[in-house]
Amino acid sequence: MRSGTGIDAGAGPWPAGRRVLVIVPAWNEADGLAPVLKELRTTVPWADILVVDDGSTDLTAETAKAAGARVARLPYNLGVGGAMRTGYRYALDHGYDAAVQVDADGQHDPGFVPALLAALDGADLVVGARFAGVGDYRVRGPRRWTMRLLSLVLSKLAGTRLTDSTSGFRACNGDMIAFFARWYPAEYLGDTVESMVGALRRGYHVCQVPVAMRPRATGAPSQSAARALLYLARTALVLLLALTRRVPAPARSELPRMPQTTGGAG
Amino acid sequence: MQLSVITSLTGLVLLACILELLRRHQLKEKYAALWLAVGSAVVPLGMFPQGLDSVAGSVGIKSGVSLVLFAGIVLLLLVCLHLSWESSRLEEETRTLAEQIALLRTELDAVSGPAAPAPPPAEGPGPGPGPGAGAGPAPAPAPAPAPGPAPAPAPAPAPVSRPERSG
Repeated sequence: MRSGTGIDAGAGPWPAGRRVLVIVPAWNEADGLAPVLKELRTTVPWADILVVDDGSTDLTAETAKAAGARVARLPYNLGVGGAMRTGYRYALDHGYDAAVQVDADGQHDPGFVPALLAALDGADLVVGARFAGVGDYRVRGPRRWTMRLLSLVLSKLAGTRLTDSTSGFRACNGDMIAFFARWYPAEYLGDTVESMVGALRRGYHVCQVPVAMRPRATGAPSQSAARALLYLARTALVLLLALTRRVPAPARSELPRMPQTTGGAG
Repeated sequence: MQLSVITSLTGLVLLACILELLRRHQLKEKYAALWLAVGSAVVPLGMFPQGLDSVAGSVGIKSGVSLVLFAGIVLLLLVCLHLSWESSRLEEETRTLAEQIALLRTELDAVSGPAAPAPPPAEGPGPGPGPGAGAGPAPAPAPAPAPGPAPAPAPAPAPVSRPERSG
């Protein structure tokens, strides 16, 4: 046990001694990142933070470092899926017991992280869902039909209600980390929908926890009807592919191991 | 007559291009085999376009030239498909490499010490030095001694240090 001067590991609601990594995929988020990291530091001080800089051209990595987070810099933009697999691989290499994904744009309230972690008792993957009662996040038209379709298919797969599979606010346990460190799709909607379908098809338990999301600090969701229809079509295609593609089993031995630089163990 | 001149010349030029690329090591062996086969089929067909008429007749195609056209299109489609597959594979490989590079850089940062600005003791979360725990994740804001320049990651302890979870 750590008997250091700081807050002891059991301060959080997560069982004492379990190690949690917060993964923050960030692409050109230098502006929004600092407040997010600061808030994470105060609300979940017992968790380690890894910012995965997804090929940013601004000062994202420097901002993250200045805020005291660890940073993994991808040489070029891979998309959220690539950034997240990097994060999960880091979590696996460093033996974390749980990993939480939090977006860098301030959309996710770190205050819900303990709730997500608590729900890991009964599931391998916990999704923070927007439409589950908390908060006032609303959509209409084709975008709503898309949400309906996703929620229908995924709930059926999971055997439990999943209303917001496109949420990037999720927590997963050690087994899930090992799986995602090997297989995490980087294509369109791969980081959210396809990864969840893959986990479900591999027999992992997925559940959701209601969360309130804040309006995004930067960039507004597109509202045009044509775009919404296109989104519906692409989502349907992604679902179809996700349901038919082969999903590899997690095989830990296959992963090349990074040299460990943590503490002088023995 | 003119037709066979054009087609045979084309066939020879194609074959010459393939051979030259091979000679310069610009074609991998797996492609070399394919293109050599294509070249050696195209040249005689170019010289004698009527050579396939009997084969074409037996599968219900009127002229041998049409059969060649059909076979050529099928071949091209297959080649396109193959290239898409190859590029998907390469993309996946470069993605993996990019991720590994990012992680290596992170480990490098951790080794090369807290040269970066992050010594504030106010930040409670930084795990105490506690070398006994051992599992501490790269204590970035650690005090002086911990992540010294000593190449701590001896190859031996790394894989052994965490045998608990192997499922």
